[in-house]
Amino acid sequence: MAAFILRRLGVLGVILFGSSFILYNLAAISGDPTADLKLSNDPNRDFLIASLTRELQLDVPPPARYFLWLKGILGIFIGQPDFGMSRDGSTVAHSLALAIPVTIRLVLAATIFAIVLGIAIGIITALRQYSRFDYSMTFVSFLMFSLPVFWVAVLLKEYLAISFNNFLQDPKVPLSFVIGIGLFTGIFWASIIGGTRKAFWMTFAIAGGSASALITFFSLTGWFLNPSLGPIVVGGLAVGIAYGVTQLSVGLINKAALKASLTMAAVTFVAYYPANWLFDKYPSALTIFILASLNIALAVFVALGFSKIDRGPIVRTAVLTAFISSGLLIVDKFMQTWKPYMETDAINYRPVPTVGQRSDLLGNEDWWISNLDVVTHLFLPTLALTLISFAGYIRYSRGTLLEVLNQDYIRTARAKGLTERTVIMRHAFRNTMIPLTTIMVVDFAGVIGGALITESVFGWSGMGTLFRQGLLGYDLNLLMGVFFITATLSVVANLIADLLYSALDPRIRVGSGA
Amino acid sequence: MAFSLKKKAATTESTTSGENAIANKEIEGLSQGQIVRRRFFRHRAAMISLVTIISITVLVFTALDFKLFGVWKVPGWWKWTPEDLPELRFGDCPNDTVGCPTISFRPKFLGGSGFGLGDHPFGQDDIGRDFFALVMKGTQRSLSVMIVIGAIGATIGTVVGAISGFYRGKVDAILMRFTDFIITIPAIIIGSVVGFHFGNLGAMFLAFYLGLFAWTGLSRLVRGEFLTLREREFVDAARVAGASNRRIIFKHILPNAVGVIIVSVTLLMSGAILLETALSYIGFGVIEPDVSLGLLINKYQDSFTTRPWLFWYPGLFIISIALSINFIGDGLRDAFDPRQRRRISKKERQESATARKLAQAND
Repeated sequence: MAAFILRRLGVLGVILFGSSFILYNLAAISGDPTADLKLSNDPNRDFLIASLTRELQLDVPPPARYFLWLKGILGIFIGQPDFGMSRDGSTVAHSLALAIPVTIRLVLAATIFAIVLGIAIGIITALRQYSRFDYSMTFVSFLMFSLPVFWVAVLLKEYLAISFNNFLQDPKVPLSFVIGIGLFTGIFWASIIGGTRKAFWMTFAIAGGSASALITFFSLTGWFLNPSLGPIVVGGLAVGIAYGVTQLSVGLINKAALKASLTMAAVTFVAYYPANWLFDKYPSALTIFILASLNIALAVFVALGFSKIDRGPIVRTAVLTAFISSGLLIVDKFMQTWKPYMETDAINYRPVPTVGQRSDLLGNEDWWISNLDVVTHLFLPTLALTLISFAGYIRYSRGTLLEVLNQDYIRTARAKGLTERTVIMRHAFRNTMIPLTTIMVVDFAGVIGGALITESVFGWSGMGTLFRQGLLGYDLNLLMGVFFITATLSVVANLIADLLYSALDPRIRVGSGA
Repeated sequence: MAFSLKKKAATTESTTSGENAIANKEIEGLSQGQIVRRRFFRHRAAMISLVTIISITVLVFTALDFKLFGVWKVPGWWKWTPEDLPELRFGDCPNDTVGCPTISFRPKFLGGSGFGLGDHPFGQDDIGRDFFALVMKGTQRSLSVMIVIGAIGATIGTVVGAISGFYRGKVDAILMRFTDFIITIPAIIIGSVVGFHFGNLGAMFLAFYLGLFAWTGLSRLVRGEFLTLREREFVDAARVAGASNRRIIFKHILPNAVGVIIVSVTLLMSGAILLETALSYIGFGVIEPDVSLGLLINKYQDSFTTRPWLFWYPGLFIISIALSINFIGDGLRDAFDPRQRRRISKKERQESATARKLAQAND
């Protein structure tokens, strides 16, 4: 195993060396960084050219200069990588350090949403194969697949951001919207749950009716201007989450798991006011982290207390319940921040921005307000990226699950008399996740490299912007810095994917043939 | 299209009852090629897409003057060219805009002006150029870029994958490391570098370069397919009969791998059109004075609120092309998949059950 990894790393090193050499020379022969200076009428033009030449070592021919650059990069092994200087005099390492978190923030949430949503819908479509839901989701996923991200972005800006902001001026939902949302929700849930015709219409009526009622209620009470969940709703949702998670992970028949989950839901309810007090008193990421850790630790204890045998799945269920339901507290806190956030001068009741990564006008506000600002800025790019990328996960997880469901071990599991839940969640779903996991890893690396367009549409200054800057200004060090990060990421992701695959699937052995 | 029936053989023997009987009855006595063709023609979405893409191609390539091999000039049927500067339409547009589209679908009795294209069906741009002509030109560019990338990617990918899968060993290791090496460079980055530096050499040059980097996924797939196929009995049989390696690769293995290749080439092409438009959008692809759909969207996205047609039409063309190709790929995948069964309707099932009972009664 270790030998395999070492050999792979060696090969990867050679590959990275080759591709960076080619890219460096390709970029170097394509343009002269001093070209714009040579055309200028600046009196100290020659001095500027000379200093730029000295700084970027332009007097060294590109193939040799590449090795100077490589020498700096190789400093990574002694802990001092030197990415060189960019044209404007700052170090590339500094620019990268500023840009990488921005890009990761941009793609992280979108990737997670895309994965969760995509896999969930993909699995439902596979279980309801050839249903209307399946056909419509197939169409939707193909449509998403074919959408150019820059086009979607402009549409979202225009129709979602601007009209939502206009709507918030007078938050009354028109009747046609209420009916439309009700119909859509009803059809969506009814086609997922399925069953006989009677069950279909029952689900349709319940889901559609409650959605419409909820929207009307929100509209009448001005909830959109001052949203919050409150302890009762949080408690109710937490109980729902407890039941849902238990049903999906071990089944409601497992009383110990159900009791542990419900206890954690109750803990969330009880912790509502204390947690809010803490959030106000010590607003920081550390508080959230400590509370979350405490909560998870508590969940482990509770689960151990309720269970005697087969403790692993029960602990997992309780922890998952605790994690999701305590997430509600954070959501609720952000909702409470919504009103003060909208009242600040920088926002002035137009909360969904179309460009940028922060509101520059927003002063040194409360921790929650400035983070809500980050969230609202993330909203549109995340939505655009999620829409584009979740289609792939739908297709892939649907295909894989259908393949898995045809396997003999699924027939065996059914023949043993296992419940359908166990067959799907334990036997089929886990095997579906094996190829999906490897895809996810590679995909994430790819998304970071491909954030160029999203960044440029939404005016974020992340790695894509740096890359663009490097390309337009013939700024080799900057260009190569970005390339080095993305290429290393993609190479390492491929290696991790291979290792993960062999770790998850015992039939696959690493080291043979690779 | 002479395919062997090997894949089917195993399933046809054992199954004679129920759904399988219905499915098998349909393919009795047909060659693999005929089966695939039948399945594909039955895929409704794929057929609609095929018609769409053919009509788009015919529309855009006949609308404008077209130079065949750079020599013969085929005149287009549309009255404007992208270079013409007709007068900008004033006055009769909503919201005091200029150059709005004249296309109309609403018949006269509903208060419209009847179905017709009018003078400028897609409107006019800032300086009055006919937007229909611009979109046609842009779609021509995007389509040809897509086809060139697809063709180059398919050729290189198939050859590299076939050679490394067939010969294995050292050849395989070297070729696959070379593939890894190309994969390391993210497509969008190499696209930007190439587009930025060579974009002014024309769209075809850009497509050629992008094609040189687009084959990696395909070559891995083909290699995997060749690795399994080369162990099959028919390859041994061919070898015993004295066939050369070249003959085995091209005559025996490649036809069996053609399904995988065609499907992933369609995916490659739909990815290619999105890549080209995206690159043109950020300014690293097709550059002015040439026209491309991505370029048009980039140029006019700011006028979306006032003159949305400048944004809608190029986007609609991108989406319809990419969507059609994806659906065609899906139809082909279903058609080539030997395990793929048509959904058997209730009626057919009942009919087959009655037939079986009748047969039993007759015995």
